[in-house]
Order: sequence, then structure tokens, then C-alpha cells
Amino acid sequence: MKREVPLLISMAAGLFVLIGFFVPHPAIRTGYDKIQQWVIIVVAFTYVLGMANVLHLNVKQIQKRSRDWPYKVALVAGILVTMAVGFSEGTKYLDDNTGFSWIYNNMYSAMSATMFSLLAFFIASAAFRAFRVRTVEALLLAVAAFILMLGRVPIGSLIHPALPQVADWLMEVPQNAAKRGILMGAALGVMATGFRIILGIERTYGSDGGA
Amino acid sequence: MKSAAWILVLSLGILPSHASGFPLQAADTPNDGGSSVALHWTAPPHPPTQWAIYRAEPGKAFAPIDTIGGELTGYTDKEEAGHAVRNGITYRYRLVPLPEDATLLSDVSDPVVPRASWFDTGKLNVFLVTALFLSLVLYYIRQAERGKKWGFRSIAGLTAIEEAIGRSTEMGKGVLYVPGVQDIDDIQTIASMIILGNVARMTAKYETPLNVPTPSPAVYTVADEVVKGAYSDVGRLDAYRSDQVRYITTEQFAYVAAVNGIMLRERPAAILLLGAFFAESLLLAETGHEIGAIQIAGTANVHQLPFFVVACDYTLIGEEYYAASAYLSKDAKLLGSLKASDTVKVLLVITIALGAILLTLGQRGLAEFFATQ
Repeated sequence: MKREVPLLISMAAGLFVLIGFFVPHPAIRTGYDKIQQWVIIVVAFTYVLGMANVLHLNVKQIQKRSRDWPYKVALVAGILVTMAVGFSEGTKYLDDNTGFSWIYNNMYSAMSATMFSLLAFFIASAAFRAFRVRTVEALLLAVAAFILMLGRVPIGSLIHPALPQVADWLMEVPQNAAKRGILMGAALGVMATGFRIILGIERTYGSDGGA
Repeated sequence: MKSAAWILVLSLGILPSHASGFPLQAADTPNDGGSSVALHWTAPPHPPTQWAIYRAEPGKAFAPIDTIGGELTGYTDKEEAGHAVRNGITYRYRLVPLPEDATLLSDVSDPVVPRASWFDTGKLNVFLVTALFLSLVLYYIRQAERGKKWGFRSIAGLTAIEEAIGRSTEMGKGVLYVPGVQDIDDIQTIASMIILGNVARMTAKYETPLNVPTPSPAVYTVADEVVKGAYSDVGRLDAYRSDQVRYITTEQFAYVAAVNGIMLRERPAAILLLGAFFAESLLLAETGHEIGAIQIAGTANVHQLPFFVVACDYTLIGEEYYAASAYLSKDAKLLGSLKASDTVKVLLVITIALGAILLTLGQRGLAEFFATQ
């Protein structure tokens, strides 16, 4: 039963949403929209569970003085201070000049941008490995990338006026063809996954509770 | 004063219906939930500054419902505050120029009754492909139940998952499973949860530590149940730890910082990056590469695939990612759905080739039928 009930709920919800995609009549569409609203409500409740999980795990590690425990203190303090500031500012916490916005703009955004900026260095190291020519495919990749990079910068057209056009052709024809092929395959994969869940044959996400 | 008199005359519905008129077409908006009427007209040579839209219900005079720009040639009357359109009621419409000009009055439209549609004919092509796909899935499931077996090409990335977990076990290290950065309503995350079930069964069997940092509380809740269920299924519920699956944050780069920190501190022997990834894909994969872990990635986000191909040992591309659950479980029914997917793919290739030939010959019918809205 522990496995069958979730499977039945998944099947019913999946089938209803699939029908709702094709039927605009309010008799179906109203229920379809309601399900979307229920999803938002259910997800809102999971935030309570998520927050409880974060606090539980990190407070436990602080109490045990586990490795790197001072970082956990910073995390828990950050959560509690941000929440306290946000709640104290009521419904206007997202307005300009609020303490919550200050924390977001001056602390979180700066740290987030720092993480993103690391991408430049990672791209350089990854590109270095990608362009080591060991096979015919790697050679093709390196040549295509070389033409593309030259075609995308001003010096490319100075070397040869046709380079930008060749770069555009590479992007629009071979690259686009491969991308569309992958997308079509992925779309079929999405449909197959959906059918497996709706038909109840995909059971690996469930459990029979050890029965 | 003159305007007031003009409005009064219109409101009373006493303007002659043939006054100068140009045709005004009113029709029920197709493929919708009803409560909507579409108006179309051909703009006169010298249109007015504005049009006032007038509407009449049975037994009532024309009344203004909206004012629109004079350059427009269409209007959709739909349910909005003040002038709701009700299904099953007969309406008539008329356009009145502003400022008033009796030579620019439209004819009164034919009566129109808005109705709700039971099928969106604009999605007929999607419906046919979906129905065909579903029929094939059911057919091949039936075949599988009768014992039919099919051969599928070997997917190195999927075969490597068990090897990676085995390697982690031998090295006495853990497996890090990253389910992407999208929420549970994303099909890639759902597919990732399904694969997680298979991976957790293997780690439970081999007694290998599994760590699943999640990017959303909903994903955390589902992943926790999936892992617990998997440990229970192989009879190792005692080995399940509540801190194996943990919620990190919904913020993209904060999540990356946390997961990279886990990689650098715990140094797992195997990292599985399976789900929807965006700008963080290379940040994660390069960090994993730096610590020397065997990395298997899978996503349907085409723009992130090159990063994974470069930085990971194996990459599941698009459909391979969605095939993972069937491939790993070896369940005959699930493999039947893979066979259906392959059959539809062959049919689509034939249709695309046929469409290209017909378009070359100037026949657009097939291409237009498969165009989506």
C-alpha cells in the first residue's frame, strides 16, 4: 500500500494535467489551474522542512564541535539574522533601503558574483584540456573552435574577410543541426518518462517500505 | 453636449443598423475556455482617432465596453472587470468612431455566442504524436510482458555508474550525487530522482556513503524519501542516515559554493551530476575534476553539455539521461518504453525527410501541420 497509493496519486495527477493540456474547457481547466496552485502551497510547506533540516544538521555539528564548525556558526547566524531582519520589516522587506535589501545587495550579491567570476578561470582550464588533440574528433573540435573564436573577434576579418561568415555557418548549420537532434531526442525522453510515471511502470522512485 | 447626445443615441440603440457601415466580423474565439469573442474589421481609408466598442445583449440596448486606438483592426472581448462575457449568451457588436463621425460607423455584427471548447485544435499535431507514442508504449509493454526482449546500444556513462560506485567502495570514500539546480516541477529533476533511487540501491548494497545536497526544499523532501526507500528495499534501512540528504539553498551560486566545499572537504571518489544545470555546471565539474573524482554527468540542457563533456569522464546526452532509469533497472516494461521512444524517433526522422522533400517541391502542408503555436 505504501507504494501503491503514491503511484496512484502520481498517475491521476499526471493524467489530469496531460488532459488539461489539450482541453481548454473550464470543467477541466479549473481543476488544472487548481493543481498548479496546490503545487505552490505544497512547495511553500516544504520550506519549513528544508529550514528545519539546515538548522538541525548545522546546530548538531556545532554542538559536536565537528570539523569546520565555526563556518556552521556563520551559516546559522546568517540565516537567523536575515530572517529576523526580514520579518521585522514586514511585507515591505523587499523595498529599497530596507535592511533585508541591504543584506541582499551588499552581501549576498557580492558573494554570488564572486562565485560566478570563478567561471572565467575554470573555462580557461577546461578549454586547455578540451583542445588537446588526441583523436580525429578532438582535431575537428579544435579546428572548429579555432575558426569560431577567430571569426567572432575583429582580428578574424583582418586575417581573412570570410572567417566571420565561416564562423556563422559553423554555428547555424552543423552546430544547430546537432543541437536540434539532441533536443528532439530529449523531448522524446521527456514524453517517455512522463508516460512511465502516468502508467505506473516507473516505480524506482517509490518504496514498499521494506515489505 | 454633442458627444453626450451621440452616446445617448447609441446607448438607446436607435442608430440604423445600415448607417454607412463597413462590415464587422464577430466570432467565438476558437480553442479557448469560452467567455471570449474576437472582433475583426478592415480599417477604413481614414480611420478615426479612436474606436468605441459597443455591445448589445438580447433585449438590451448597445452599451460601450471599451475604447481602443483607431489604427487597430481587431479586438478580443473577454472576461474583465465591468463587462464580463458569459458563455451561451448571444451578443452583437458595433464600432463607433471617436470623435463622432456618422460616416465611419460599422455595421452591427452578426449575433455571436461565446462557447468553451472541449479540444484545442491548435494542438492536434501534438495530440496525434502523443497518442501515437502512448499507443506504442502500451504495445511494447505488452510485448515485454509476453517475454519479448530487445537489444539496446551500450551507453558507457550508464555502465560507468556502477563502476564508479564500486570504485568509491574500494577506496573507502563516498559518492556525491548532485540533482541539478531546478525544483521538483522540472522533468529533469524528476528523472534525476528516479536515477537517485537506482544509485541509492547500489550504495546501500555496497555500504558506500552517499551524499545528496539538494537545491530546493521540495527536492530535499523527495530525495530523502527516495534514498530512504531505496535503503529499505535492499534491506539496509539500518545504514540510512538522516544527514545523507540535506537541503542547501535555492540560490544558484550559494549552492555551488556549498557543493564545491563538500567536494573539497570530503573528497568523494565518485561525483554524479545528474539533472538540470546552468551556469554552475563547469564550476561544479571542474572542482570535481580537480579532486580527481570519477565524474558522470547527465543533462538535457544542451548549452551545458560541452562543459560536462570537457570536464567529466562520462556524459549522458539528452535522451540518454532520460533512458538511465530503464537502463539501470533492466525492468522489461521500462525497456519497452525505450523501444517505443526509438520507434517514434525513426518515424520522426522519416517525417522530417518527407517534409524536407515536400517543401523542396513547394508543398507546405506537412510542414505547416507540424508547426506548433
